Amino acid sequence: MSTVTDERQPGAPVVALGMPLVGGSHERAHGHGTAGLESVEAGRSARLAAVRAGDLGSVHSWELVTAVDGPGTRLTVFLSGCPLRCLYCHNPDTMEMRRGTDVAADELLARIARYRGVFRATGGGLTISGGEPLMQPAFVRRLLRGAKAMGVHTTIDTSGYLGAHLSDEMLDDVDLVLLDVKSGDPATYRRVTGRDLQPTLDFGRRLAARGTEIWVRFVLVPGLTDDEANVDAVADHVATLSSVARVEVLPFHQMGRDKWAELGLTYELEDTQPPTPELVERVRGQFRSRGLTTF
Amino acid sequence: MSTTAVPQQVSEQTMPESWDGFVAGPWVDHVDVRDFIQRNYSPYTGDASFLAGPTARTTAMWDRLAVMFPVERAKGVYDIDATTPSTITSHAPGYIAQDDEVIVGLQTDAPLKRAIMPNGGYRMVLNSLQTYGYEADPVVTEIFTKYRKTHNDGVFDVYPPAVRAARSSHIITGLPDAYGRGRIIGDYRRVALYGVDALIAAKKLERAELDLERSVENVIRDREELAEQVRALGELKAMAASYGYDISGPATTGREAVQWLYFGYLAAVKEQNGAAMSLGRTSTFLDVFLQRDLEAGTLTEEQAQEIIDDFVIKLRIVRFLRTPEYDELFSGDPTWVTESIGGMGEDGRPLVTRTSFRYLQTLYNLGPAPEPNMTVFWSDALPQGFKDYCAQVSIDTSAVQYESDDLIRGSWGDDAAIACCVSPMRVGKQMQFFGARVNLAKTLLYAINGGRDEVSGKQVAPVSAPVAGDVLDYDDVMAKFDGLMDWLAQTYVDALNCVHYMHDKYAYERIEMALHDRTVLRTMACGIAGLSVVADSLSAIRYATVRPVRDENGLVTEYEIEGDFPTFGNDDDRVDDIAVGLVRTFMEKVRRFPTYRDAVHTQSVLTITSNVVYGKATGSTPDGRLKGQPFAPGANPMNGRDTHGMLASGLSVAKLPYAAAQDGISLTSSVVPSGLGRTREEQVRNLVGLLDAYTLSEGYHMNVNVLNRETLLDAMEHPENYPQLTIRVSGYAVNFVRLTREQQLDVLSRTFHGAV
Repeated sequence: MSTVTDERQPGAPVVALGMPLVGGSHERAHGHGTAGLESVEAGRSARLAAVRAGDLGSVHSWELVTAVDGPGTRLTVFLSGCPLRCLYCHNPDTMEMRRGTDVAADELLARIARYRGVFRATGGGLTISGGEPLMQPAFVRRLLRGAKAMGVHTTIDTSGYLGAHLSDEMLDDVDLVLLDVKSGDPATYRRVTGRDLQPTLDFGRRLAARGTEIWVRFVLVPGLTDDEANVDAVADHVATLSSVARVEVLPFHQMGRDKWAELGLTYELEDTQPPTPELVERVRGQFRSRGLTTF
Repeated sequence: MSTTAVPQQVSEQTMPESWDGFVAGPWVDHVDVRDFIQRNYSPYTGDASFLAGPTARTTAMWDRLAVMFPVERAKGVYDIDATTPSTITSHAPGYIAQDDEVIVGLQTDAPLKRAIMPNGGYRMVLNSLQTYGYEADPVVTEIFTKYRKTHNDGVFDVYPPAVRAARSSHIITGLPDAYGRGRIIGDYRRVALYGVDALIAAKKLERAELDLERSVENVIRDREELAEQVRALGELKAMAASYGYDISGPATTGREAVQWLYFGYLAAVKEQNGAAMSLGRTSTFLDVFLQRDLEAGTLTEEQAQEIIDDFVIKLRIVRFLRTPEYDELFSGDPTWVTESIGGMGEDGRPLVTRTSFRYLQTLYNLGPAPEPNMTVFWSDALPQGFKDYCAQVSIDTSAVQYESDDLIRGSWGDDAAIACCVSPMRVGKQMQFFGARVNLAKTLLYAINGGRDEVSGKQVAPVSAPVAGDVLDYDDVMAKFDGLMDWLAQTYVDALNCVHYMHDKYAYERIEMALHDRTVLRTMACGIAGLSVVADSLSAIRYATVRPVRDENGLVTEYEIEGDFPTFGNDDDRVDDIAVGLVRTFMEKVRRFPTYRDAVHTQSVLTITSNVVYGKATGSTPDGRLKGQPFAPGANPMNGRDTHGMLASGLSVAKLPYAAAQDGISLTSSVVPSGLGRTREEQVRNLVGLLDAYTLSEGYHMNVNVLNRETLLDAMEHPENYPQLTIRVSGYAVNFVRLTREQQLDVLSRTFHGAV
């Protein structure tokens, strides 16, 4: 399979619709991101079968992190592949699944098991991030089920665009969703991500209806997402979601810039400055004024 | 466990008045401070809300000194008394502001004035005086060059050629052969609990026992040492008397207990310029006295805190005269007045008292400072209020280090304390022969080069076959390395035996050892540096392709590395197991060689700040580290190679087995406050969780740096001091000093507006 991207084209690279949501190329770039995890090399057909069964996934990296991807100290697993092409993406090396490393679910579950003591001591758990984890729903299902079977707190970090891929059965295994709402105005959302806003809105409502805890994240990019009406639209939507525990306004930064260049991708935000503290406070205020706990 | 008899047999009814209200026990009949603590202390399980701020007096006292510090920093020293070799009674009483001091006593007759202590080595004294522009006194010089031999002279009379060669090629470095060895903790609490007369009487009884034994060499040495100890105790009493205090009997109040204890410590730092002059484990002991006064209504919380604040002021201004070479090894003029706080008792009660909090509170009342070296014995079983307060103090000051209470208690009981950074010992019952450390990375290079030095080309170790061929073979290199480590272990123990024989002979720690039992456990504290360099190098040889590059003399000086290899610090067993194997192997090799005074062999994985000097003296290594580049400090992973988070890095280090490194394994971690959480409570909760997780994973020690804006600014100006400062934004971790200036400013603006 292939993800059709024109990497010379300015703006968000466009991914062909109808692309399969699992799979990837055999030409994999290995890095240190998966150090400590055994990578798997299998024949093409065996590999595809393993991927479909959720036994195998394309992993960018893992990390033990504190205070950023959910409560406590967490094993955050970054999966490769994302359907969005956010202009401000700081991990563009996770956009394409083929850049990941094949790792067996059992290998990751063994690592989760190893950190049970850490999760207990810190009130942490597993966070599946990306890329977009829901590009690999079978793999995610395996990880969530395995973690829950061990009594580990689970979080997924998602844009919600592929929320439909998360079945109710899978949601039973999710304790917390970090939901990125990248804009409130549909046109801005499309400009930022190359995709539609609606699936994200629908997914948020579905989570709220189930009572699944949500932490909303909004990346504040001057000149792109900072329009007052755009922020109001996000905040209005979020305020209707009863299971939102906190909102995190993440100021845009330039630390992903070099990665775009290394990947030979055109980066549109070359000259964009991080938001001023005043702007950040204004946007936080917009959320807070709706009674939302906002950082 | 040996105990020492105190002559007067007192029952509870006839206890001296100064012990009123204390529960009697074996401590009444023998010197047994632990028993006294266990029977009399009140564990405190509450939070920090009872603490008092500084009094106006305290603030004024500290301000008097604060104006002197910039002068000292600029000049290197504030002042030196170049003519009076320091002894317990050498100097007239000194004061900061006599009428306002709650706790009195200075090393010389004025604050920050440094003394000379020539017994360790006179060359060190001369170099120091010259460095700071002071004239040496001709009479003193004549005495110490013509009539009186020093420790330094003694050592160089007996070093064999192999030791000299290893020393000058920097494969064994930092040996305490020209300066005081330190790392001995007198049980200063004994002075407060028993008074000096009872301690002298007890030592005389010990002497009587020794007099019954035949006069063979070790008995004669013990008798002479005891005679010196008794003499030193007499001098301690005289020194206290010069300040107007009679410390022949026990302290009667909380303030006196602190004063008596401090006099004991002061005598030690007047007599010894030791590499580390640690205080012990005093807070819970002193709490018994302070609590008695508080309950009697003769002391308020504010006064109790003021006593501790004044005591800590004194500890902060302990100074030694040292050379620039020494500072290069141990930068920042450290004294390691280490105080061990907290921990759990063997009976399951926490050893946390209100005074444990009061010690930490000094970091607010006087502002943050590196000394005294506040060391918390951490256990997940500690009371929540204390854990939270420790984490809060760490976040605010970065001035606290943590050691695993479970590992220390398991090996050394619940009345152990840290000397220096990570070396645990039972207080008053155990001492160590400080052994600095060997350069393990250089040893690997010697193995590759057949015993030749990779920098000078000199044959330092015995001739062996250098590696042949174009690619390094793991099994071949390991076999050669193993042989080299045999030679190194033997040479190293040889050197340490020489050093400590002479230190005992010419620079014996009279007062510190007077505050020990007669029979002490001695450890021979060996150490290794460059562990992560070697582990990564061996991993590269095993998992990637490493080609040696030889110079015109056939000496391998560079390495070409092709392919990826796992690196230490990512919780990756493939390489972590190599590091574990190295620690075990070197410990086993060291244990084969007999030690001076039958000391028990131990080992540390610690460099303090000497990792930079070690790196400077070491050629390029097969892990890709270039010639002259610093090692990682202690057991830390190499800079930038631990890419999976602070705790993953720690978990690699936690695998190093304490049983093979009983002198301690050091890890330094840095984190920005926002890396711990969004709110203050969240930051405290997460740091507590990290410390719990690390110690439950059998991690031994953690230095926690929670970096504030000032620190990051400093890191921009002095990146060499912050090799591993990692900052994290969601989904992205970067090495701060590798960022461009612009990016650093970006981080600064974001982090400190609370806006990540």
